[in-house]
Amino acid sequence: MNVPAAWYLVLAALLFGVGAFGLLTRRSALIMFMCVELMLNAVNLTFVTFSRTLGDIGGQAIVFFVMVVAAAEVTVGLGIVVSVFRRRSSTSVDELSEMKG
Amino acid sequence: MIAVAYAWPSIVVFATAALLILVGAVGVLAAHNPVHSALSLIMTLFGVAVAFVAQSADFLAAVEIIVYAGAIVVLFLFVIMFLGVDRRDPVRVEPLVGQRAFAGVGVVITVAGLITLMARSHWVTGAVSVSSKGAAIATGQGNVKQLGTAVFTTYLFAFEATAALLIIAVVGAVLLARRERTQSEVEE
Repeated sequence: MNVPAAWYLVLAALLFGVGAFGLLTRRSALIMFMCVELMLNAVNLTFVTFSRTLGDIGGQAIVFFVMVVAAAEVTVGLGIVVSVFRRRSSTSVDELSEMKG
Repeated sequence: MIAVAYAWPSIVVFATAALLILVGAVGVLAAHNPVHSALSLIMTLFGVAVAFVAQSADFLAAVEIIVYAGAIVVLFLFVIMFLGVDRRDPVRVEPLVGQRAFAGVGVVITVAGLITLMARSHWVTGAVSVSSKGAAIATGQGNVKQLGTAVFTTYLFAFEATAALLIIAVVGAVLLARRERTQSEVEE
């Protein structure tokens, strides 16, 4: 018998927490993107676990779409990082303060 | 006691996945060098793929490796090398006083809330099965076949929409990363 779904859900919650902590504390835009990926993977893991528990393939289909959206997000996000780096020579998000109110 | 209730291979698989995921995730945060962060991210993604296989999501495990570790992380590494930020370690200053402490407290509250919510409300959904509405997992069929059937019937519209999304993302990335040439460069 497989391990209970609760174990995987707690693991996903911990992964989400680690990703959120990194997103809040690191200030290199690249590392922040990686932390977003960690959080997305935590959610994917939760979806797959519920898919198994509830016997519904829909959870896995949603994970499929989350992966597509993650790929699109990374593409555009890294494009923005590259174009910001050309102007600022830095990937630190703290230096992007000129639109500050 | 646990070993009696559950077969030990599944426990070993879970422990392996958890170890890969958590060590990799902490590595992403703790590494000074962005390249090391990207490599730790690959470790986490492999751990997630192991967890997927353990829960019989075979197709998603393959996609996890191919798309995430194969494409997204390579894109990250490409940008890191392209920008040359792999050696420049940002100084670990705290512009906001107590930012790290506040972030830690917020994350602990969030994770504790998530776990409490899951533990108290019958795993959030309250349902034992929702197979009357969605496409139920049929036994005896391959995972790829089931997922393909679901994606191309129930989720067909969303699947077509992702095609538009990917085109838009590609065009957007090209537009963002393209460098406008000055008039003198064009004449040369």
